[in-house]
Amino acid sequence: MKAPIKWLSDFVNINVPIKEYTEAMTLSGSKVEGVEDMGRDIEKVVVGKILSMERHPNADKLRICKVDIGSEVLQIVTGAPNVKEGDYIPVALVGAKLPGGEIRLSKLRGVESYGMMCSIDELNLTKDYLPDAPDYGVYVFKGTPELGADVKDVLDLDKVVEFEITSNRPDCLSIIGLARESAAVLGETFKIPKVEVKEEAGGDINDFVSIEIKNPELCYRYTARVVKDVKIGPSPEWMQRRLAAAGMRPINNIVDITNYVMLEYGQPMHAFDLEQVQGRKIVVRTPEEGETIRTLDGQDRELDPEMLLICDANRPIGVAGVMGGENSEITEKTSTILLESATFNGSSIRRTAKKMGLRSEASIRFEKGLDIENAIPALNRCAQLIELLGAGKVVKGVIDCNCKQYEKRVLKFEPERINSFLGTEIETAEMVRIFKSLEFEVDEKNMTVSPPSFRNDIVELADLCEEIARFYDYNNIKPTLLSGKESMQGRKTYKQKMEDVIRNTMYACGLNEAYTFSFASPRVFDTLNLAKDHPLRNAVVISNPLGEDFSLMRTTTIPDMLKSLSTNYNRNNPEAALFELSYVYIPTDGKELPDERETLTIGMYGGTSDFYEIKGIMEELMEAMGIKEYEFRPEKEEACFHPGRTAKLFVKDKNNKMVYAGILGEIHPDVAENYECPNRTYVAMADVAVLIDASTTEKQYKPLPKFPAITRDLAVVVDAELYVAQMLQTIKQEGGEYLEDVDVFDVYKGAQVPDGKKSVAFSLSFRASDRTLKDEDVNIAMDRILKGLEKEFDAQRR
Amino acid sequence: MKQQLEAIRKQALDKLAQISDLKELEEIKVAYLGKKGELTRILKGMGALSAEERPIIGQLANDVRADLEENIANTRARLVREERDRKLKSEIIDVTLPGKIRAIGKKHPLTLVLDEIKDIFLGMGYEIAEGPEIELDYNNFEALNIPKNHPARDTQDTFYISDNVVLRTHTSPVQIRHMQSNKPPIRIICPGRVYRSDAVDATHSPVFHQVEGLVVDKGVTMGDLVGTLQAFAKSIFGENTRIRLRPHHFPFTEPSAEVDVSCWGCGGVGCRICKGEGWIEILGAGMVHPNVLRECDIDPDIYSGFAFGMGVERITMGKFGIDDMRLLFENDIRFLRQF
Repeated sequence: MKAPIKWLSDFVNINVPIKEYTEAMTLSGSKVEGVEDMGRDIEKVVVGKILSMERHPNADKLRICKVDIGSEVLQIVTGAPNVKEGDYIPVALVGAKLPGGEIRLSKLRGVESYGMMCSIDELNLTKDYLPDAPDYGVYVFKGTPELGADVKDVLDLDKVVEFEITSNRPDCLSIIGLARESAAVLGETFKIPKVEVKEEAGGDINDFVSIEIKNPELCYRYTARVVKDVKIGPSPEWMQRRLAAAGMRPINNIVDITNYVMLEYGQPMHAFDLEQVQGRKIVVRTPEEGETIRTLDGQDRELDPEMLLICDANRPIGVAGVMGGENSEITEKTSTILLESATFNGSSIRRTAKKMGLRSEASIRFEKGLDIENAIPALNRCAQLIELLGAGKVVKGVIDCNCKQYEKRVLKFEPERINSFLGTEIETAEMVRIFKSLEFEVDEKNMTVSPPSFRNDIVELADLCEEIARFYDYNNIKPTLLSGKESMQGRKTYKQKMEDVIRNTMYACGLNEAYTFSFASPRVFDTLNLAKDHPLRNAVVISNPLGEDFSLMRTTTIPDMLKSLSTNYNRNNPEAALFELSYVYIPTDGKELPDERETLTIGMYGGTSDFYEIKGIMEELMEAMGIKEYEFRPEKEEACFHPGRTAKLFVKDKNNKMVYAGILGEIHPDVAENYECPNRTYVAMADVAVLIDASTTEKQYKPLPKFPAITRDLAVVVDAELYVAQMLQTIKQEGGEYLEDVDVFDVYKGAQVPDGKKSVAFSLSFRASDRTLKDEDVNIAMDRILKGLEKEFDAQRR
Repeated sequence: MKQQLEAIRKQALDKLAQISDLKELEEIKVAYLGKKGELTRILKGMGALSAEERPIIGQLANDVRADLEENIANTRARLVREERDRKLKSEIIDVTLPGKIRAIGKKHPLTLVLDEIKDIFLGMGYEIAEGPEIELDYNNFEALNIPKNHPARDTQDTFYISDNVVLRTHTSPVQIRHMQSNKPPIRIICPGRVYRSDAVDATHSPVFHQVEGLVVDKGVTMGDLVGTLQAFAKSIFGENTRIRLRPHHFPFTEPSAEVDVSCWGCGGVGCRICKGEGWIEILGAGMVHPNVLRECDIDPDIYSGFAFGMGVERITMGKFGIDDMRLLFENDIRFLRQF
């Protein structure tokens, strides 16, 4: 809400510096977003009158003028084509400050010029503010302003304060509302000049029109006046300037007056051409089957049964609170008008305005719920202005259909509860003073308070506390720290602790933490090479996304990881290693909310990264999370991964079942290409809930061995495709009770190993807990192991 | 023979004094003391000596042997020492070259700030509550005193999944879930990811992070809110930080406040960071609205509470001087490695 200071000053004295005023308003809850000082940077610009003009001897386009500025007559050279003798114009004197710089005594082609005549551009003004200004050239005053007067005064250049008005204070979407707050804040008196309507046209409004409200749940009050002998024309300059300063474009006298009253009183008004109102009847109702309306903007509007209409005897002539109909629009020919000042159900207006895409200054006021006691004062102000401006003659009487009589709210006034709620010790008298300054009625005998009708937001104790607190100043409330309350223990849940374990492990493994958005594009499934019926394609869809790329909630984090890696690769970072802990969103049948699965995603390229490094990281993670039983199973089917360099991770859950926990591997070269990632890009993804379910923080000490171990090496030749994990399983099965550990220390293909074969070398260690093992013990085990490998895999000892 | 023995002694000692490696030492040892060595050879000739001479020469021979053995041992020690010195010398490295290590990964700046906020409130006895990001309209709005078609919905541009399901616009629905399943006293913070329909630019992101806090107990005052926020601001922005509360409106708190901290750039005198204001807005807060308590079956005549919420991105950017929010979600390693 833009409030020109001079307009506010019609209702309250604002006699403090602007900075002090805006700070006081902000600290009492009317947040000032900015101050536009229209006369800023304009100094020593005065009204002058052109006494004479002569051609410049040395320049065709320049003229030499004698300009009277009251105290003296100056010689000024101008190039402006639009001025003539006798014109009153703004003159920037030598030494004047303008937004474009300072004016100096200058010589134009040899002739001295003691100042400059100004255009509106040079004064930093717009045609919205001064509609009569020429597009080019010097501004010419209308009438005969005092010579030498400061143009800031003559042009009403004002300071305009822009307030952020919160949705609970529709009363402050008006000059009067802000003037009231200002008065309370500054300790000044708020006064509305008396509004009198002469009703020169006489007659009786009831002879002109009747009004019926069919939906009182949507229209609380409908008041109207009739104006005869309307003369449509421009509104006076002062009104146009105030409207422009407040951000509204002047149109004509009737429209400007209704807008002026809306800004001043906060009550939107509408004017109908009464001659177009069929049957001389206004009916406020919801649409009938199949009804439509063409609104003022020329659009034909579909109507739904919940929308409230203003109709005549036969047809809709306006959408209540949103926009008038074209059929009853004020035109040049209009001679009799109906002025409407009504209050509607806010939610209904909001719904209609939103559906029609027509949010206006009027609808944003209506939708917040207006003061029904304000309808008639605003209507009368409107009538008064019409009379004042000579725009028409007002017919005697007001029609007032009031379906929801205002009831004064009476609240208990409990100073002690207010103090104990706020943690303050404010005197009752001070509270009374604050309430009264806000026009609350205070009954000190019965200890009650009643908010004024325009304060719909005050319904209970907490609301009263806020009024007291904001005038006491929040910053005067003494800070305390829940003293005397039961102290509580703050700690993380098991899940939160495990998340810390995961993060810390990732950092320790050299992975840098990434954050990505949770959205996905429908195209990612193709760029990941996923099959047409892949389950990940089933995603939660955002109905009003910021664009296709952000239209789904992601079902996989791989695309975002690849994008992050690609960003690094494309910026020539030679290597990158990232991880992210975030969520994917999996729709679940029959449930309103999807399953949100916490996901660990790892990605890397360059440097030492390869499959075994990313696998090593996952193994470290298993160790850190206390997951003892897990396995990596080769995976050939997952379309976005390399079919020969990918594994799925399985962990043993609480029910002793091996369950899928994640996937890791090299990204398929096609997919890497789609994302502009390097050829060897590695990604791992794990379901955090599954890992946490398999994890433990329990540790049990095992005594250190007392007897020495015997180690043996074993190298065998097997088929090249055979997975070492299978051989290890056999070795562990056959190894017997003394086999303590097996390591793979070499895998070799090449010379001395036949084609299609590989040599795998193991290092085995044996130990007994109660004695020193003998060679014979180990030999037996080694024999068994070798036989097992021979039998299972046709292994040949090297 | 006597001269022979003395000559051997002299010869051997001279050689020992000159040699410089252990291999030569072994050769000398064998040459003089070995089975076929000089000394042995002479001793073999002792049979030809007279009975008087034999003990004298025997004595001398033993002397020479002992002398040689001792000298050999000393020389060995010398040579070992010399060899080690040579080795150490050959192993000199430039200790001024940069150290080598597999660099540990870095915490994302948002995590750094989130962790700090969590630490502060854990220390003040708060628990960390969590909830879904895709939420029921009821939990995100209606239970928070924002009915359908309420104008306050305008201030939070919401992503809708359906009429009843939204991407949460704040972590307040976690408070609702917590209050509906826990009885006071309640003391929680709710960190998490939230969504608003803002296009991506240097200061806006449709995805961002919040930490909200909620305390409900008997006799909680607005002074407790002010004190808590002040303690928090000092913890995170430094001991000299001041806070300023401005009355505001949120449907779910009453009274409500916007909270500024004194500018971390200039301490409050006005600079580029605070646009000359001296204050930077970082928080929204207030006393829990009685309607919200009622909705969660908590009697506002018995209990009161306060709530607050802050944007993590904004604090992070302020703390580290990051001028473009997009950097936080790009994951350029050169950015991430700075924290």
